[in-house]
Amino acid sequence: MAPKRMLMKGSEAIAEAAIRAGCHHFFGYPITPQNEIPEYMSRRLPEVGGVFLQAESELAAANMLYGAGGAGVRVMTSSSSPGVALMAEAVSYMVGAEVPAVIVNIMRGGPGLGDIAPSQGDWGMMTKGFGHGDLHLPVLAPSTVQEAVDMMGLAFDLADQYRTPAVLIGDGVIGQMMEPVVFSDKPPKVFEKSGWATTGKLPNRRRNIINSLHLDPEVMEQHVLRLFEKFRRIEEQEQRHESYRLDDHPELVICAYGTTARIARSAVDELRKAGHKVGLFRPISAWPFPTRALEPVVEHTKVLFGVEMSMGQMVEDVRQVVRGRRPVRFSGRVGGVVPSVEEIVGWVKTELTAEAAA
Amino acid sequence: MRRLEIDRDRCKACELCIEACNRNLLALDEGLNAKGYHPIAIHDEQECTSCTLCGVVCPDGCFTVWKEQKAEKSR
Amino acid sequence: MATEKIVFARSKVLTDNYLSYCPGCTHGVAHRLIAEVIDELGITERTVGVCPVGCSVLAYEYFDIDVQQAAHGRAPAVATGIRRVLPADRYVFTYQGDGDLASIGTAEIIHAANRNEKMTVVFINNAIYGMTGGQMAPTTLPGMRTTTSPYGRDTALCGHPIRMAEMLNTLVDPVFIARGSLSSAKHILRAKKLIKQAFELQHDGFTFVELLSTCPTGWGQTPSNSLKWLERNMIPFFPLEVLREPGKLPPAAKAYAPDLKVADDTKKGN
Repeated sequence: MAPKRMLMKGSEAIAEAAIRAGCHHFFGYPITPQNEIPEYMSRRLPEVGGVFLQAESELAAANMLYGAGGAGVRVMTSSSSPGVALMAEAVSYMVGAEVPAVIVNIMRGGPGLGDIAPSQGDWGMMTKGFGHGDLHLPVLAPSTVQEAVDMMGLAFDLADQYRTPAVLIGDGVIGQMMEPVVFSDKPPKVFEKSGWATTGKLPNRRRNIINSLHLDPEVMEQHVLRLFEKFRRIEEQEQRHESYRLDDHPELVICAYGTTARIARSAVDELRKAGHKVGLFRPISAWPFPTRALEPVVEHTKVLFGVEMSMGQMVEDVRQVVRGRRPVRFSGRVGGVVPSVEEIVGWVKTELTAEAAA
Repeated sequence: MRRLEIDRDRCKACELCIEACNRNLLALDEGLNAKGYHPIAIHDEQECTSCTLCGVVCPDGCFTVWKEQKAEKSR
Repeated sequence: MATEKIVFARSKVLTDNYLSYCPGCTHGVAHRLIAEVIDELGITERTVGVCPVGCSVLAYEYFDIDVQQAAHGRAPAVATGIRRVLPADRYVFTYQGDGDLASIGTAEIIHAANRNEKMTVVFINNAIYGMTGGQMAPTTLPGMRTTTSPYGRDTALCGHPIRMAEMLNTLVDPVFIARGSLSSAKHILRAKKLIKQAFELQHDGFTFVELLSTCPTGWGQTPSNSLKWLERNMIPFFPLEVLREPGKLPPAAKAYAPDLKVADDTKKGN
């Protein structure tokens, strides 16, 4: 029998997907535009014998994640940019102490209090600066509600497999949009955690300590090197992307992710209809950035064009891969303004004209 | 008859036990321990009443205290 | 023939590690009391501790139980995460200093207490920031000199010390709130009883034991004089008492109307 398709709002689908991935513990705090996630969790988790707790702040919620994840259970929180900023401390501790947890960031306009409209302004913070110190953590960027649903299970698996916090970044569009989704009926993977989780020290084992402090510099260095060996494995094995209409080596490749990629996809179709050879490269893993897949795309195109709902953060990762071999352009909207298909078409047409004239 | 054992290398010579002992049996030793402190030593161990107050105030867990048990009378 | 038996020894719930605290620092005493209580209650296998940032950041080296090291002030939140996801038969405690609990962590302690989290918080109040070199703390006494109050704490500038036990005592639900002292053998033995009572009650709700402690290095005094200084100066401001226990509840512990239930007409479109 085919799995049931349901029409669900993005936020609620994300929450339901987490529950089905075996996450029965949610600690969070209200912030627009993701309140549907904690509200859904507060209704559903008691139904499955889980724990929902509204914390006193995002700061506290993230530290509750550290405690619960360190005690060996699947746990998550969700928030939006200003609240996520408060979590950086706990995330750094989670990376250092190797505590698994999942954080959902439904990005909104910033900096500061900003506004409550959609944004992609946290790519840089999530992939480069989500906490002090030398660290990396997996960051996933879904583009549709179905993809967000599938990625919740993936996020928990990555978190447990690599003993790391993992992030899912969306925006208010994905959060509010209603789309048909199918939930996988595969049972969630189970990972053995008794070797490190603080559940109560039985006589047959050493005490488990969740800790990121290593006062001896030599010990600290070894610890960081070991973490980076883990990050190297994640970089090697967990790059994800989608290529759209790149098979015929178009002369211009739009680089976009999340909601913007959906709009850009329609723009690519419009441009193709008008006779322009363009395509779309969509990172799905923000970290590790899909450098391996982007490399041949760079070789076979003339221009890369970043489009984001930001002043250009993901495009910096593109520039790093391109290493000056091709021009990398950027256009975006900020403040919660969502670019339209026509707008993106216009930007690309202008660029193609300029390139032809050059 | 053992009454008191002091873990010399744990001792930091804080002298709180000297005050706690109401028989004045404890004093800093002349020698040094591995950390460079003059550790506590007991003189006249047989005067110790096993009150355990030295152990109660010691922050470092240096003391083990024994108490004499009267022999069982056979019937 | 006379035999002898051990009447006092290091607790086996403590590891063999030498403590890194300063000579005469009462952290060692507090650690021992907690370890002895855990041993006497037979809960070593079911206890998870949370240690703070401060001198006792290394407490995870000293307790032979599962421990999590928490960010500064966040121990009550970390402990909440642990408490809420582990089976109900576990015991959870935090161990926090006055900077950790009463400064950066004020929100976390109040809300964990207000939610009546089933845990024990041991609050080591020595009126100073020890680890970072002796700065002023929220519990530093008026006139007390520290490295950031070199002229003595000026209450006109930065207010009076905070009495955390009294503050938490204004909440409705917590089950046990007490303040003891580690300033003499007599007080230490009483403090152990408070800690034991707190652990015994924690499955009913939030339990809190504040322990007046010394910091000889930060206070610039000998360990012995520090104990006397504590008794002379701290106890008058931070009274030693059981503020709340079953059968002894302050007026705040009663909700403001008996059997208070909000009328559920808020969502019916009124």
